[in-house]
Amino acid sequence: MTTIERAPVREQGPVQEVSLARVSRVELRKMFDTRSGFWLMASIVIAALVSTVATILFAPDADLTYYTFAKAIGFPMTVILPIIAILSITGEWTQRSGLTTFTLVPHRNRVILAKVIASVFVGVAAMLLALVVGVAGNLVGTAITGTELVWDVSVAHFLLIVLGSLVCLLTGTTLGILFRSSSVALVAYFVFSLVLPTLWGFLTASQDRFLDWQPWLDSNYTQAPLFDGSITGDQWAHVAVTTTIWLLIPALIGLGLVTKSEVK
Amino acid sequence: MSTLQAKELTKSYGGRTVVDDISFTAQAGRVTGFLGPNGAGKSTSMRMMVGLTKPNSGGVTISGCTFRDLPNPGRQVGVMLDASAQHAGRSGREILTLAQQMMGLPARRVAETLAKVGLSEANADRRVGGYSLGMRQRLGIAVALIGSPSVLILDEPANGLDPAGIRWMRDLLREFADRGGTVLLSSHLLHEIEVIADDIVMIRNGRIVSQGSKTELLRAAGTTVRARDMGALERALRESGLVTSRSADGALDVDADPTVVGGVAMESGLALTELRTTDGGLEDIFLELTASSPRGGEAA
Repeated sequence: MTTIERAPVREQGPVQEVSLARVSRVELRKMFDTRSGFWLMASIVIAALVSTVATILFAPDADLTYYTFAKAIGFPMTVILPIIAILSITGEWTQRSGLTTFTLVPHRNRVILAKVIASVFVGVAAMLLALVVGVAGNLVGTAITGTELVWDVSVAHFLLIVLGSLVCLLTGTTLGILFRSSSVALVAYFVFSLVLPTLWGFLTASQDRFLDWQPWLDSNYTQAPLFDGSITGDQWAHVAVTTTIWLLIPALIGLGLVTKSEVK
Repeated sequence: MSTLQAKELTKSYGGRTVVDDISFTAQAGRVTGFLGPNGAGKSTSMRMMVGLTKPNSGGVTISGCTFRDLPNPGRQVGVMLDASAQHAGRSGREILTLAQQMMGLPARRVAETLAKVGLSEANADRRVGGYSLGMRQRLGIAVALIGSPSVLILDEPANGLDPAGIRWMRDLLREFADRGGTVLLSSHLLHEIEVIADDIVMIRNGRIVSQGSKTELLRAAGTTVRARDMGALERALRESGLVTSRSADGALDVDADPTVVGGVAMESGLALTELRTTDGGLEDIFLELTASSPRGGEAA
C-alpha cells in the first residue's frame, strides 16, 4: 500500500447521472480494446483494401466503374459489421463482463442503446472508409488500365447502401440481444444470411405462392434494391415490413428478456 | 452516513426458495460479515442488492435509495461479486480505465487505485486472462474502490489471496470502516469473518439463522474459566444456577457471559487464573447452526 487515505468516507454530494453519451463512448472503446476486437476492426480496413486490389486485378476493364468497387468493398462489410455488433452485445454475457457493466449502469436498456449507438457509429465510419478506398481504387484502377473514369454511384445511392449496411449491422445487434451468447448468435446470423436465402430459392422455385409472400417476408430479397439504388415505392413498404418482422419485433422481445434476465 | 438495508428479501427458482425473507442492516462505520456455507444464498442475495437479480419480494435500499435509482452507482457503492467475471483479453489497467470513464472520474485515479491495491505497473498492463486469482481479486477491489464509494459490497473477497493478501484486505476494509464506510462482505470461511467483521449475519438454506454483533455472538459461546481452587469455583457457579462442564484440559466451560462468571467468583472470594470467552466459540456456533443443512459444506 503506497497511499493511506485518512479522509473520512462520505456520501458524495449530488452525483451526476451516467449519461448516455458517456456510456456510448465507453462501449465504443470496448469494441477496440481487446486483441480480437482490434483485429475485427482492422479486418474492415484489410477487407476493403484486398477487395479493391482484387477488383483492379480481376474485374474486366470495361466494368471498372465506381459501382464495381463499391459492390466489392461493400460485400465483406455486410459480413463483418453484424459480427462486430453481435460481439459487442454478447460479450457481456459470454465473457461475463456484464457483472461489472450492469452494476455501473443498472439501466440495461441504456447500456444496449449505447451499444447500438457505438455499433452504428462504427458502421457509418466503415462506410465512409469504403467510400474513400473505392474512390482511390477507381482512380488507380482506371489509370492502370487506361479506361475512362466512371462515377456511377450518386449521393442518394451511397446513402441507400449505408442504410442497407446499417440494417445488416442491426440484424446482428438483434440476434445478440435475443440470444446473449456469442456462439449461438453467430450461428443464428449465418443461418439467417446464408441458409435462409437458399431456402427461399427452393421455395419460390417449387411453389408460386411463395413468390407472392417473398417480398413481405424475405429480408435478404427486400434489401437488395437498397444496395442497387433502384428502390421504389412498393419496395420501401417491403423493406419496412421485413425489417419490422425480422429486426424490430425480435429486438423488442430481446430487450424484454435482457431487462428481466439474471446477470450471473 | 450510508447504511445498507435488506428488507424481507426473497427469491425462489421454480418453487425452490433460495433466499427466504432476509432482513438486516449493515451499519456505517462497521464491517458486516455475511456468513454461510456454500450454496446458502449469499451470492444470490448480493446480486439482488445490486440489481443483477430481481427479488420475488422484498428489496434492498442504500441510504434509502434502491440501487437502480442511484444516479452513478459506482461512486456510491463499490461492488465486487466475481473477480473472474472480466473479459480475459483486456489488461487490468484497461478494465480499471473503463470503470473510471464510466463513472466520469479523472484519469489519474487509475494509477492511484492500482497503487492502492498493490498491482504493479507491469502487471497492470498484462492481460487479465493470465492473472492469478489473487491478482484478479486485487483488480476487482480496485474497480470497487476507484469511485470512492461510501458502501462496499464484496462477495468472497479473500478467495485466492495468500496470507499476506488476506492481511492486506483486512487492513484495507478495517480502515475503510473506521473512516465511516459501510462494508458488507461474504464468506464461507468462518475465520475470515471472525477476524474482520464487527457484525455478523449468518445464513443457512437462504434463511438468517443468527445475526448480531460479533461480541454478542461470542458471548453466546460461553466462558472458559480457571481458578486456584477449581472445586470451589465449580460449586459457586452451580449454586448460582449456571451450567458448567469440565473441558479436557481441566478448565471449566460455563454457559454464561465472562462478566457473570467473574462476578460470581468475586462474590465467593475466589482468585481466578483465567477468564475468557470460550475458544473457537464462533466456530461452534457456526457448525451448530449450519450442521443440519442438507447441503451443508458442499460446493455450490
